[in-house]
Amino acid sequence: MPAVTAPSRTPRGAGVMPDTPGWARWANDHRKWLFAAPAMAFVAALIIFPLAWTIYLSLTDSSGSVRAESEFIGLRNYLDVLSDTDRFWPAVGRTAAFTGAALFFEVVLGMAIALLLWRPFKGEKWVRVAILLPLVATPVAVGMMWRLIFDPNIGMANQILGWVGIGPQPWLAGQNSALATTIFIDIWQWTPMVVLILLAGLTSLSDEPQEAAMIDGASTWQRFRHVTLPLLMPTVIVAVLLRGIDALKTFDILYATKGRGGGSFNEVETLNVYAYGLSFDYNEYGLSSTVLILFFLIIIGVMWLLTSRKKKEAGR
Amino acid sequence: MKASAGFRAFRAVALVVVVLSLVAPLVWMVAASFKTNVDIYDSSKALVFSPTLDNYSTVLQQANYIQFIGNSLWVAFAATVLSLLLGVPAAYAMSRFNMRKSALVVLMARVIPGVSLLVPWYYVFSNMRMVGGFTVLILSHMFVSLPLIVYIMMGFFDGLPDELEEAAQVDGLTPIGAFRRVTLPLSVPGIATAGILSFIFSWNNFMFALVLSGADTKTLPVAIFDFVGYASIDWGGLMAATTVVTLPIMLIALFVQKYIVSGLTAGATKG
Repeated sequence: MPAVTAPSRTPRGAGVMPDTPGWARWANDHRKWLFAAPAMAFVAALIIFPLAWTIYLSLTDSSGSVRAESEFIGLRNYLDVLSDTDRFWPAVGRTAAFTGAALFFEVVLGMAIALLLWRPFKGEKWVRVAILLPLVATPVAVGMMWRLIFDPNIGMANQILGWVGIGPQPWLAGQNSALATTIFIDIWQWTPMVVLILLAGLTSLSDEPQEAAMIDGASTWQRFRHVTLPLLMPTVIVAVLLRGIDALKTFDILYATKGRGGGSFNEVETLNVYAYGLSFDYNEYGLSSTVLILFFLIIIGVMWLLTSRKKKEAGR
Repeated sequence: MKASAGFRAFRAVALVVVVLSLVAPLVWMVAASFKTNVDIYDSSKALVFSPTLDNYSTVLQQANYIQFIGNSLWVAFAATVLSLLLGVPAAYAMSRFNMRKSALVVLMARVIPGVSLLVPWYYVFSNMRMVGGFTVLILSHMFVSLPLIVYIMMGFFDGLPDELEEAAQVDGLTPIGAFRRVTLPLSVPGIATAGILSFIFSWNNFMFALVLSGADTKTLPVAIFDFVGYASIDWGGLMAATTVVTLPIMLIALFVQKYIVSGLTAGATKG
């Protein structure tokens, strides 16, 4: 690192680049876009064309080979999809249930654990290591690991239930229990993320409002409800936003535990799994594009709702 | 503030429960990877069994895992380096010139579901005869890494005072020279954080490689499925495979905890 000397008395900008070549001067003058444009161009190229093409495909009856002739059919796919109570709406319901339930438990549990970790204690380092492990573990591997633990015949989960006298449960194999089991797996893997974010928020709070409330005789619960929680709200919303987007898009865990199509009865077929299946198993490009556009609109809508709430909170 | 004795006791119990429920399944996975399939089926051998390395020899020798480990390393490494090259200057400009709207373009990649881009990507790249090659895999993984790096580095540059650069410019450096010789060396911790997280997310990525990789370019998360047959599953081999995938990344995480935590919580405290 070059030594940084104290600013001399030369006025700012004077004497800069006395004999730099023209191209270097140009680069310096335009560094704003020179630096930002390549990354933006890269992402835009991988997003804009595909998105435009997806919108176009959603207006055609494209199927089979992507290259095969397809006809422009206007909004018929949208009418078909929106009136499809067989696959589409149940998938919307499962996506909402998965995201809502996972998010709810992750935030509640995450808050509880973050509060436990807030004040220093012995062995803190080990707890932090444990919290990091599920977070960095490969989601597909995590799915496979729980698939063995939840196996109805040989899995550890039913063995443990057996020790305490509870009969075996079907877990992932059950038509009604599969979605709940995948939600549990998501909670296992991602609650630590919420813990880390909330803990960062908690440690950045100052102690004074807490102490003032204590002097006023507020109970622990009152201090949490009326002092800590309101101050922490912006951080909670960041956690909900980050986790919410990822939970909506969950794919790895569902694919690893139930396979393509979300199981033989589509028990865990969320919008993501449904769209993947339509595209890559059935080659229904027109329909899958329609589902994807609708899915995309849902995500933008949820984002918009959450960020407008964030602005409201920040404005208080 | 000092915690009461009652709370300390409650906290100790609660934290033991938390740690056990996070670590026990992973221990179980590793234990199963050392069991024969017969022992996995036998509940009396849950904790006491004679360990075998057979599963690992299946994974490493017959299942071609050495090659898949190499593929994963190469894709994650290349995607991380290229994303840093594109992302660090971009984050710098976006932070210094307050280009929040431009930053949104890059961060959109975080929000859009990957499936919605895969069909067009697959179409274009298969027309260019690139599907199954490393280039397309690295490009798709950069799509994951780049927004992450821009997000982390923007927060980092926001917290770096620009007086140092101004001083360097007064001393005769060009603005780009000041960035290169003053700001970049000061950003090494931020770049390390962004790079490590980018590597982890790329290593763990599944969906893009599932569609875009070929038999020779398969990454580890996709290769795991080789152990799932239509009728039956080789549980021992599968657990050895999942251990091989997760263990390296966990070891890295243990050594560079601080960076991972600061990266994952970037932007959290600013609200």
